[in-house]
Amino acid sequence: MAKRIEATNVTAYYGAFKAIENINMTVEPKTVTALIGPSGCGKSTFLRSINRMHEVLPGARVEGSLTIDGQDVYDRDVDVTAVRRMIGMVFQRPNPFPTMSIFENVVAGLRLNGVKKKSVLTDAAEKALRAANLWDEVKDRLGKPGAGLSGGQQQRLCIARTIAVEPQVVLMDEPCSALDPISTLAIEELMFQLKDQYTIIIVTHNMQQASRVSDRTAFFSIEKTGDPGRLIEYDNTQKIFTNPSVKKTEDYITGRFG
Amino acid sequence: MSTLTTPSPRAVDLRARRLPGYAPIGIAAAALALAAAAVYGGGIGGPVLVVVLGAVLYLAGLYAASNAVEGRRAARNRTWSALIHSAFVLAVLPLASVVWTLVSKGAERLDGNFFGTSMNNIGARDPNGGAYHAIVGTLEQVGIATLITVPLGILCAIYVVEYGRGRFAFAIRFFVDVMTGIPSIVSGLFVLAFWVLIVSPVFNDGRPGFSGFAAALALSVLMLPTIVRSTEEMLRLVPAPLREGAYALGVPKWKTILRVVLPTALPGIVTGVMLAIARAAGETAPVLLVAGGGAAINLNPFENNQSSLALFVYQQAGDASRYAPARAWTAALTLVALVLILTVAAKLLARRNQLSR
Repeated sequence: MAKRIEATNVTAYYGAFKAIENINMTVEPKTVTALIGPSGCGKSTFLRSINRMHEVLPGARVEGSLTIDGQDVYDRDVDVTAVRRMIGMVFQRPNPFPTMSIFENVVAGLRLNGVKKKSVLTDAAEKALRAANLWDEVKDRLGKPGAGLSGGQQQRLCIARTIAVEPQVVLMDEPCSALDPISTLAIEELMFQLKDQYTIIIVTHNMQQASRVSDRTAFFSIEKTGDPGRLIEYDNTQKIFTNPSVKKTEDYITGRFG
Repeated sequence: MSTLTTPSPRAVDLRARRLPGYAPIGIAAAALALAAAAVYGGGIGGPVLVVVLGAVLYLAGLYAASNAVEGRRAARNRTWSALIHSAFVLAVLPLASVVWTLVSKGAERLDGNFFGTSMNNIGARDPNGGAYHAIVGTLEQVGIATLITVPLGILCAIYVVEYGRGRFAFAIRFFVDVMTGIPSIVSGLFVLAFWVLIVSPVFNDGRPGFSGFAAALALSVLMLPTIVRSTEEMLRLVPAPLREGAYALGVPKWKTILRVVLPTALPGIVTGVMLAIARAAGETAPVLLVAGGGAAINLNPFENNQSSLALFVYQQAGDASRYAPARAWTAALTLVALVLILTVAAKLLARRNQLSR
């Protein structure tokens, strides 16, 4: 089920501004890959390029090739909604749909893509909520609004919503930065479980988190403000955090810059 | 180490002297008494002047007393809060006055006859006569105008906010802004020249004809910019992360707008639509110009003259009959009640879609 992602010379722009340049990396199936680096280095831009969310902003475009199991997601014939269904995304701030109940939020992806059968939706909702470790907390109030949950619960609701459409890759853009340590722990445990089925790529500013959850780590950086972000080093997480081969990575990891 | 000073050992008292709770009431009573003595003693006015003068004296007295006991900052705080409350009362007064006038004067003809009959064959000495034809006219004209403008206005706002790029969208926004300022008489003249004189003869054996539908068109011209502008503002208030959340689930853009963006903005959109309806229901000039008014019941909005409540009020208020003013007041009351009922109903409907916390 999980898919291999290959990025070749990926360059992304916001209008005339080049945000990332010539990113080359391969993400293996059923792994957790962490993207780390200083603010503005293009981690999130690269992440958003993978499921074509980058182009949602006016003037934004991507060059190069990005393939999922050999299929280029930027091919002219590719249906962008199919790409996004295959590659789910969790955002920095929880964004449950305010007009929908917990149940409706979880099945929003299915329902808005045409699934109508009640029994299918009910099963999918329970499965996704259990997978997101949220079922026990919300099973008695599925009809209540999703916006009424706590921040950590909302984020897990958004994860449940993402995995309810059964994607093969899950992208997470700093999913814990707005959460307290306990909710963060819950989501990190969730990532361990999800790893069995999904390829996960996570952007994080928290290096302990990167070392805890990921198998591979990619370090992005920029020379100076205004320059495009580049991939500096990409290796096994243990190697990056104990014996990085590039001086700049070591400086960042040890807190000497960034 | 010179810039960092150690806190002085002097104990700071957090408590301060306060005016007792009865002081403002006492000052108010004293101010009113003083104002009454001055006004009636000098023989210069009535109760209204007493209240106004009393309010001014109260503000001055409150400031002076608070300044003496509590200090300058507290005195200004008290004076400003008193001023803000007075401003609120001042703003509500005209509204309360309007409602009271409408109810007290409109109650006289608030009977079944008023709502069941028209002005057909009602002479100057006939105390009967009603606004049935006008109520029908208002409902039909505003209803048709709403049917035209709500889909058009909401779609236009969706285009401008979600799809429009560059000059064309900018031009639309600009002209919608310009349209907001169109006086109702101009929209009436436009429909008179365009619809009544040019288009309607085609359907009417070559003779131009007034109709309720023409009035609905004129009202549409007035309602459309209000609906577009308010819907546009509401759509812009929907946070971008909600749209991105839906896109990231593989939901197409049109479906995201229909199922996520519009429901989120719905309460605000309904408010904007109701404002537009309220404005249109109160218009007199366009109806007079293109529907012509009329004393008889005409249920067909596509043919012949029709009246409306606003027009009925205008005509009855200017009528020579001694029974006409009462009819005008009751019609005005009916118009306000109609708009109120519609607004409350729309708000309740919109709220039913929202989840209760």
